[in-house]
Amino acid sequence: MSKTACRKALTKTLLEIAEKSKKIVVLTSDARGSVTLNDFAAALPEQFVEVGIAEQDEIGVAAGMAACGLIPFVCAPAPFLSARSLEQIKVDVSYSNTNVKICGVSGGLSYGALGGSHHSIHDLAAVRPMENMTVLMPADAAQTGWMVKTIAETEGPVYMRMGRNGVEDIYTEEDVSCFEIGKAHLLREGRDITLIAAGEMVWYAKCAAEMLQEENISARVLDMHTIKPLDIGALRAAAEETGYLVTIEEHSVCGGLGSAVAEYICQNCPVPVKILGIPDEHVIAGDSPEVFAHYGLDGGGIAKTVRELLNKQHMEEKK
Amino acid sequence: MTIRELEQKANEIRQGIIDLVHISKVGHVGGALSSCDILTALYYEVMKVDAERAEDPDRDRFVLSKGHCVEGHLNILADKGFIEKEELKSFCQFGTRLIAHPNRQIPGVEMNTGALGHGLSVACGMAKAAKMQNRDYRVYVVMGDGEQGEGSIWEAAMFAANYKLDNLYAILDRNRLQISGPTEDVMRLEPLKEKWEAFGFYVEEIDGNDMREILYAFYKLEKVKDRPKLILADTVKGKGVSFMENQTKWHHGGLNDELYETASKEIAERTRRLCYE
Repeated sequence: MSKTACRKALTKTLLEIAEKSKKIVVLTSDARGSVTLNDFAAALPEQFVEVGIAEQDEIGVAAGMAACGLIPFVCAPAPFLSARSLEQIKVDVSYSNTNVKICGVSGGLSYGALGGSHHSIHDLAAVRPMENMTVLMPADAAQTGWMVKTIAETEGPVYMRMGRNGVEDIYTEEDVSCFEIGKAHLLREGRDITLIAAGEMVWYAKCAAEMLQEENISARVLDMHTIKPLDIGALRAAAEETGYLVTIEEHSVCGGLGSAVAEYICQNCPVPVKILGIPDEHVIAGDSPEVFAHYGLDGGGIAKTVRELLNKQHMEEKK
Repeated sequence: MTIRELEQKANEIRQGIIDLVHISKVGHVGGALSSCDILTALYYEVMKVDAERAEDPDRDRFVLSKGHCVEGHLNILADKGFIEKEELKSFCQFGTRLIAHPNRQIPGVEMNTGALGHGLSVACGMAKAAKMQNRDYRVYVVMGDGEQGEGSIWEAAMFAANYKLDNLYAILDRNRLQISGPTEDVMRLEPLKEKWEAFGFYVEEIDGNDMREILYAFYKLEKVKDRPKLILADTVKGKGVSFMENQTKWHHGGLNDELYETASKEIAERTRRLCYE
């Protein structure tokens, strides 16, 4: 297994599809380095638009382009796109229903040591309630490539968030044929509990399930790459068949994947749901793997939580 | 159309604005009236738009950045056949698409607006898209003066100049009043002409309620290449209804029957006078 950064898969795929279609254009806000857009800018300068450090303008310009038939991909750091230009996302993209693809890179805690200004653990909560919006989080490079191709061919606003660092390859190029927007990918079957993860957390959920297997705990793993629209069929099946759900996300525990899952589960097929994510507090500084471990979001941390939950449940059943 | 015909048309649209504000008992009437002559010039003389070919990729694009002044725009869209005149009666009523801001559910509206400071960026995107697709349509955007306080306007201004968007025509409805009072008291905007010039725009300053000056400005700007253009249109808020003119309180408001009659009479009188001038 090797590691690739999703942003590199993003730009590689964009170059591939933009070579075939002049409608694909890429906008960035002085982030061609951090997004890895230099190759794209060099190969297709006429389909590349530098906006400068002006995220509000960047989204507005993209919406205007989309209204005139282009397919703009806005590629810039998620912390700024999802905060500075949030009103433009709300009005010019979501409310206006323009075909803008917002690709937030270096999302979550990718810039761990740079502090809260550079974190985006609020972005899913910010964009999820917006009309017309599809919200995506790829788990690895292969899935990123598939997502980019798919959203380019599908009309409508998208917020797609990925990290900065290299992530373990989970999928092969062949695996992508079974992916579908709005459908969770069943990464691992299990009967005792279901781990529902998105983005970089899918890898850690998979690691946790493997650790738990050694202790005869059978954990199902769902890759919920589409946060919106949520795959309620997969959720219902997980609730009915495994009886316990744990969500894992690189996002605040307020308003993200866990909230989305809980919104459905508590109203439709109530089972216990544990939401793992970044607690509602000042986030500790460090590399993202260190920070994940601190908050119990790495494989070991997730496995520990699952053990505790199942033990507690077992004790209660005994009573 | 002749200047006189356009003036008559603007008067017709003014009556339409008053009608909508009477029906709904709300509306941003002052700014709708100040920008009425500009919108009339754009739709009846300057822009290439046609309800029969509303999806034509080469049509000119219009964005009302000061989206709250939608009353004039809606009347023009109805008069031009984009929507039925009958539908105007639903303005701001339950379930209508004719809400108090432009939105793309209405044929002929290119972009939803309402939040201030968005329109120029959107117009820049449309103008840049024309250049990228080798199309020669133009993009017209009407901004308010109050919204000049939004930083995003100035981000967009830099973009327009950087990419030499000479197919972009911005019109600034300088009526000098915003919701809390005179713009210069709320947050000083002057010197506006110099600011826009410093940002790389070719600026033409005119009386924005004078049809002759409006048309001549567009004619002159046509010849300016490699730069975005801005018409700094000195206007009167509430123009055409004397009790509303230059009155902050008529930024937003409804009309009761009595005031409606007074306003309508005044507009009718102006129409008659134009016939004899």
